[in-house]
Amino acid sequence: MTTTERHTDHSAPTGHASPDDVHEHKPNSFYIKVAAALAIVTGVEVGLYYLDLGKLFLPTLLVLMVVKFVTVVSLFMHLRFDNRIFSWLFYSGLFLAVFVYLAALMTFRFFDGS
Amino acid sequence: MSEAIITDTPDADRSGADSGAVVPVADEDVVVDHPVDEHGAGDHAAHMVTSTGLSNNKLAMWLFLGSECLLFGGLISTYMLYRGRHTGSPGPAQLWDIPLTSVSSFVLLMSSLTMVLAVSAAQQRDDRLTTLWLSVTALLGATFVGAQVYEFTSFYHEGLGFTTSLFSSSFYTLTGFHGIHVTIGIIMLMALVGIISRSKVPGDKAEVVELIGLYWHFVDIVWIVIFTLVYLIPA
Repeated sequence: MTTTERHTDHSAPTGHASPDDVHEHKPNSFYIKVAAALAIVTGVEVGLYYLDLGKLFLPTLLVLMVVKFVTVVSLFMHLRFDNRIFSWLFYSGLFLAVFVYLAALMTFRFFDGS
Repeated sequence: MSEAIITDTPDADRSGADSGAVVPVADEDVVVDHPVDEHGAGDHAAHMVTSTGLSNNKLAMWLFLGSECLLFGGLISTYMLYRGRHTGSPGPAQLWDIPLTSVSSFVLLMSSLTMVLAVSAAQQRDDRLTTLWLSVTALLGATFVGAQVYEFTSFYHEGLGFTTSLFSSSFYTLTGFHGIHVTIGIIMLMALVGIISRSKVPGDKAEVVELIGLYWHFVDIVWIVIFTLVYLIPA
């Protein structure tokens, strides 16, 4: 009796054949640098709160918020390195929510009697 | 006597790809085997063949997070609508303690870092580091929740009850829902630490840690939005 053993690597977290589904493993130093950048952006946001930027205040804060949001989703949640189906699932929900609630808020603005 | 080919490659014949499934092929027995860690937990659940080729658990988690966007979208837009409705009662300008909220935001942000380090350690099959980073993440989360409880208590003492105004109701509902999510995350983290130390993780340990990590990061990104829209942008 002969027994052939073929063990292959299971390092891919989901362990499937699709190349899209394989994570790009980053070293811990990469995540620490990203977190440091996020902390700096948070510090800038808080600093802006105490400064008077006039009309630039709101758009600047919103841009910084989106930058932080996308950074966490892409890098910490690995969406950038993962299968695109996951991105579609998440961003579909997100954009649907933004669209629906912006529409709802605009409706209230139109019909609140002012 | 028949031969047995022991394989655990995803590229191999996937028919009957259950742990230890024996599939007769001609005069050979193909034993589809999956790696079993030192505690015998095994990885077979994560390597089940699916129609998408992706992990169903992960797919479900992303779908859940997409639906959570709708929940928090509703709560945030309700707050945005009613944040100016506080005639005769304290409003954001009198209540917000930006330094405290900034520190708690920083703490939650850093918990995302420790969570991603836990996922990284789990993928390297380092149980000790995984449980360490999971515990630190839970501790940071508990610090955030503690700060939120302190904030709610001080607001209440300043006259802002849940039914005081439309502003207070929408604020407590939004931040309270987020706090509940963080608390559930802490419970999941501590439960995971417990089952990892008892070697009772069902399926692929790294994937379980990753799934809870996705939930935790989601809680963090919701706070990123709340911190900016609720606290930093004046009503």
